[in-house]
Amino acid sequence: MRDSVTSRTLVAVLAWTIALVMFFPIAWTILTSLKSEGSAIESHHLLHFRPTVENYVEVFIGAGYLGFAVNSLLISIGATLFVIALGVPCAYSMAFHPTPHTRRLLLWMLSTKMLPPVGVLMPVYILFRAMGLLDSRSGLILMDTLMNLPLAAWMLFTFFKEIPKDILEAARMDGARWFEEIRHLLLPIALPGIASTSLLSLILCWNEAFWSLTLTASNAAPLSAFIASFSSPEGLFFAKLSAASTLAFAPVLAMGWIGQRRLVRGLTFGAVK
Amino acid sequence: MATVQLKNVCKRFGTAEIIRNLSLDLADKEFVVFVGPSGCGKTTLLRMIAGLEEIDAGALFIDGVRMNETGPADRGLAMVFQSYALYPHMTVRQNMTFSLRLARVPQEERDRKIAAAARILHLEEYLDHKPGQLSGGQRQRVAIGRAIVRNPKVFLLDEPLSNLDAALRGQMRGELGRLHQDLAATMIYVTHDQVEAMTMADRIVVLRAGRVEQVGTPQEIYRRPANTFVAGFIGTPPMNMLPARIITRESAGVRLALPGQSTVSLPLASNASNIGDAVTLGVRPEGLKPQSTGVLSGTTHLVERLGAITLIHVDLDSGGRAIAQVGANEEVRTRERISLAIDADHCNLFDHDGNALP
Repeated sequence: MRDSVTSRTLVAVLAWTIALVMFFPIAWTILTSLKSEGSAIESHHLLHFRPTVENYVEVFIGAGYLGFAVNSLLISIGATLFVIALGVPCAYSMAFHPTPHTRRLLLWMLSTKMLPPVGVLMPVYILFRAMGLLDSRSGLILMDTLMNLPLAAWMLFTFFKEIPKDILEAARMDGARWFEEIRHLLLPIALPGIASTSLLSLILCWNEAFWSLTLTASNAAPLSAFIASFSSPEGLFFAKLSAASTLAFAPVLAMGWIGQRRLVRGLTFGAVK
Repeated sequence: MATVQLKNVCKRFGTAEIIRNLSLDLADKEFVVFVGPSGCGKTTLLRMIAGLEEIDAGALFIDGVRMNETGPADRGLAMVFQSYALYPHMTVRQNMTFSLRLARVPQEERDRKIAAAARILHLEEYLDHKPGQLSGGQRQRVAIGRAIVRNPKVFLLDEPLSNLDAALRGQMRGELGRLHQDLAATMIYVTHDQVEAMTMADRIVVLRAGRVEQVGTPQEIYRRPANTFVAGFIGTPPMNMLPARIITRESAGVRLALPGQSTVSLPLASNASNIGDAVTLGVRPEGLKPQSTGVLSGTTHLVERLGAITLIHVDLDSGGRAIAQVGANEEVRTRERISLAIDADHCNLFDHDGNALP
């Protein structure tokens, strides 16, 4: 690649422009959340306003943010634990004991992600109702686990594929049984991969809105349902909606920021070597 | 005691036959080298002995006990992998004691074993390093150390020196030889490098396409190769192969017609051949000497001076090429006429199927 100053500057300007354009909605939301409800609707000045935290107080205390946040946390962590617990053995067997059908199995798993969720809304709803899982955290944990398992198994599979087979064979010669292989070698060596898979799963569960909105009402509603509740019946409350949104995406933004190196490595694993 | 016996073993991957009905007897404390070109099945054979590949047919006995169904860890073997296969997240000490930890060996005994192994392999200073901090040679030694602490009956080594540079390889060859003496264990060593095979082996097993071509001491294999494949594979530079025809049988051998009207008498194959048979005369490079009355004539096209010896590459007048190995002080230049005499001591005769004639 040419490395002249001009081209580097151009690339930098382009990158910053794209980044700022993409960041704009987030910035708008954060700024709006600091406005009073009136100036949020009337004022068209993005930066010129008197900042207030009244929306946060209202959202936090009045609307019961914490309850929803706890739901989000429990559902995300619960689903992620299941995803990893099921995904690791699944990826292990596909990576180290492949059969002639492994490749097709992988493709089939990915194909389930191509199905629009709304397409199975009715059967899922009826099943959930029959099993008494509507508006329950365990129901949503089940749903999120099923949604994210294919992707996680794929990611873990690519991570495990990178581990030389020799190492596991050496362990087998050393007397390790399969669960000792997983415990003493696979898990510690693939820890970065497992961490980024977990992080992605957490983020996806946290952000999941479709099933949260359709399968929960009040008891198990997570933050995505909380945000939605600000938009419909009571009319549009831009400032409060923004405050709720900010509170909802703040943890995941922080998590992504802290784990960005790991996440990028995880998502591009195998592609860049 | 640790003998290894293979009886009619077979292995196929899909439709490809990798090991074909192979039988082999390895003695206790023997250093056996499996050698052959890539794809000959030598690594697969080693992995079958290790228990990492299933044996499709036939049987494996270690110390007379059938091992086909025994898991890799319970066969009393240790293996050194080509890639070393060290556990990257563990220190040298942890790498070497992993098997003992799994076997619940008491701490004291572990410490004693690792101290002994580290001393033999000069690894004392590196016990708390991770593999990533070590050089290639040190990693190699850790891999060997991991095998030693298990106190195995048989060591399996899969091209253990192929990732090292030439100087280190030479040094490690010596160290492995010494280790074999010290440990007094049976060792099976796989390599495609015939120099390693020649220098280290008590016995060499030459493999091609899943079959044993010859088993013998390095000297036997070098002096009396069983066929043209072994003759060409063992020895650098390879044996010269000259097409010939038997013209008379004499009391002590045969007289051969070589291409280009010349003839030569050799004390070989007096009974096993018929007059008129087309044969191949194999001559080691050291069996060709420049001599004005020599039976082979040609033009030198390359002279390689290697210090102690000189290799002369000759384009023969009759077609084909030959390489002669001579002393360092031989006066030869390229693009010069040369005649070469054949020394019967360095000759082998092969029938037209390539098998050695006695």
